[in-house]
Amino acid sequence: MSALLELSAVTVAYGGIPAVEDVTLSVAAGTIVSVVGPNGAGKSTLLGAVMGALPARGTLRFDGRDLAGMGVEARVQAGLSLVPEQRELFATMSVADNLLLGGFRHRREGRAALAREMEKVFTLFPRLAERRDQEAGTLSGGERQMLAMGRALMARPALLMLDEPSLGLAPLVVRDILRAIRELRSTGVAILLVEQNARAALKISDYGYVIETGRITLQGPSRDLAADRRVAELYLGLARQTGERQEEDGNRQ
Amino acid sequence: MDFSIALILVQDGIVNGAIYALLALSLVLVFTVTRVVFIPQGEFVAYGALTYAGLQAGQVPGSVGLLCVLGAAAFLASLWAERHQLGAGRVARLAAGTLLLPAAIAGLAWLVVPHHPGVVVSALLALLIVTPVAPYLYRVAFRPIAHASVLVLLIVAVGVHLALTGLGLVFFGPEGSRADGFTDAIFDFGTVSVAGQSLWVVGLAAALMAGLSLFFGRTLTGKALRATAVNRVGARLVGIGIERSGEIAFILAGAVGALSGVLIVSLTTIYYDTGFLIGLKGFTAAIVGGLASYPVAALAAIGVGVLESFASFWASAFKEVIVFTAIIPVLLWFSLRHHGVEDEE
Repeated sequence: MSALLELSAVTVAYGGIPAVEDVTLSVAAGTIVSVVGPNGAGKSTLLGAVMGALPARGTLRFDGRDLAGMGVEARVQAGLSLVPEQRELFATMSVADNLLLGGFRHRREGRAALAREMEKVFTLFPRLAERRDQEAGTLSGGERQMLAMGRALMARPALLMLDEPSLGLAPLVVRDILRAIRELRSTGVAILLVEQNARAALKISDYGYVIETGRITLQGPSRDLAADRRVAELYLGLARQTGERQEEDGNRQ
Repeated sequence: MDFSIALILVQDGIVNGAIYALLALSLVLVFTVTRVVFIPQGEFVAYGALTYAGLQAGQVPGSVGLLCVLGAAAFLASLWAERHQLGAGRVARLAAGTLLLPAAIAGLAWLVVPHHPGVVVSALLALLIVTPVAPYLYRVAFRPIAHASVLVLLIVAVGVHLALTGLGLVFFGPEGSRADGFTDAIFDFGTVSVAGQSLWVVGLAAALMAGLSLFFGRTLTGKALRATAVNRVGARLVGIGIERSGEIAFILAGAVGALSGVLIVSLTTIYYDTGFLIGLKGFTAAIVGGLASYPVAALAAIGVGVLESFASFWASAFKEVIVFTAIIPVLLWFSLRHHGVEDEE
């Protein structure tokens, strides 16, 4: 079976300096693929290029179509959805309106269809249902991330791209977000997850890539990667800082 | 000054204020969606007024020619902008919107004018002729530089304003025009008499504002426009075409301007260059609203209208000076309180 998203030899440069170099990567339908790596490795740049917000060299194919020449809106129409690190919510509009606009791609199906889709999002994130009429700008960090994911899901994408969904969130909220990502997989949507929090990302994904200074240095099934000594070396420091060392020790026993 | 004069002045102020309010709302809309300070807004008032007056006088106004030429230019500009992703269907739709539509409107004008159309038909026809000029201008002048800074967009807006004023002189000549209003009824309420046309102006303005508020509050298209204004990146990410939003904002601005012109040309004489001052007063109100808030801008517009009518009574030579000076304390207050509207990109 051919992959849903296929990147081959993709290079993205800012003013001549490549931020992402010669990246080849694929995401099969219905799977979760994670791209992990340190801050500044080019992870967000990669997602920006797939979404069409940044110009890229190389071949990008989605669902059998060449993405070259397609703008951001056209890629949304084709079934790609990105939740950026900055969330980019409509701050002065209500939670419900944010979600409704997430379904803009399906506006011709009518309000009833969008309302049904919104109920699904509320089932996934019950916290959002409570905040339905609240302005998005007044939400907490975790709720904003939920709303950003919900808004992206309203487009019913074939591939959902998440940029650092756990960044800056409290551990309990991170657990909620990760649970939601796992639940999403059962709905058939493929997920491309970009994370600094390598351990969490590898735990919920099927396949993983390690990216450093713009290049992919390691790849493989997430289980193998998580056990890889080189990955452990790369992230042990980070894990110690975030206090996940204990959890790791607990898993080993 | 006695009470009855004050009442007349207030009444005058409210009628003018209603027009300024419409223009202020349209300026806020265009600015928040596209970041363009729409200086040519006033030209749409003048074009609407003079086109309406021309139609009533039994002429096909020159703005019809402008509509056709700009339509063709918009067609070419769109072909160029979308050259990488053009299909036959898209070209056909473009041609329908930019070539066929103006031709049809021009044809309609040629057919209708010899039969001395009534007030309502002339008004509708004037709206049809002038409104599409705005989205065509957007495609030709603003869409290609949509990502430029606010300053560059402003300079282009000034250029468009100067061009439209000059063309206005060519199309309509240097003489001012007045035209019949929708009604010449006059209602007497004791000491005050109210012209029916004033009620039309205030009533239509109020209805239009209510309609716009419903449009932005209830419809998905209206919400998409607001979303574009709130967060352009977010809007693109959910598949809202920024350019489509910009075009809709310009269509609304063109229609609001033309309608304002049709409404006031029976109350005051309009020259080819009158629009600028009228637009500037709407702009004053929009600034008071921080170029962001619709209700504040609308209230400020009424204030500007009333201030103007009292200023013209007490010191008519200085009436514009007084109106525009009023903006200075507002700006001072703004700059002391917060940092005002900033360039977001």
